[in-house]
Amino acid sequence: MAITKKFMYLNRRSSFGTVYAIESLEVVLIAAAFEQDVSLAFIDDGVYQIVEGQNTDGIGMKNFSKTFHALGDYDINKLYISKESLEERGLSESDIMPLVYEDEDDDWAEKSSIKVVSNDELKAIMSEQDVCLSF
Amino acid sequence: MLHTVNKSSFERNSLQSCINIIDDTSVILFIEDGVINAANNSKSSMIADLAAQGRVFALQGDVEARGISSKLADNIKLVDYAGFVDLVVEHGTAVSWV
Repeated sequence: MAITKKFMYLNRRSSFGTVYAIESLEVVLIAAAFEQDVSLAFIDDGVYQIVEGQNTDGIGMKNFSKTFHALGDYDINKLYISKESLEERGLSESDIMPLVYEDEDDDWAEKSSIKVVSNDELKAIMSEQDVCLSF
Repeated sequence: MLHTVNKSSFERNSLQSCINIIDDTSVILFIEDGVINAANNSKSSMIADLAAQGRVFALQGDVEARGISSKLADNIKLVDYAGFVDLVVEHGTAVSWV
């Protein structure tokens, strides 16, 4: 029988300056294909990965932020954003992309995958994980 | 001189290093992840004076890619790639704070 572990992906960097952000997303999708219990955390400049309204026409790079919308269909619906990291950057939850999933236990109701959490809350969530991968 | 900064100051100290030794006539251009420094945030005071003097620029394509067009700090001037070239021509020696 397949073993399911709790995986947390810790996203600390913005989208385009390094390859960390897009590589993280690739590995997240792989973990989802193996039906693992996946969470994503966005801290530090990682919060910029899911800011609404990114337009990469002017820099000739792929706008992979759209891929985050697919996560719900892979049963990845635990996306935690650091409240402190948002505030430091002059951002709030209303600046974040509306990422949702359909809850099969609740007549497929559409629900938000995004949860803004304090660093204390994130600490507790991290301590429950089997594996933490930092990008 | 033209100083280009391509890192977020939440991640590296390149902007602070640049500001520490910038002279009175030089300008700063934010490119790549450096445009995060052009957003209105808890570190905006670092560049407020320089921006008020019209000496802080940000590359428009990089700003738009990061979804922060509506979040810019006061007095930041946006330039396109042609504007980047103009800054290089106008200010001579370029220093890249990578």
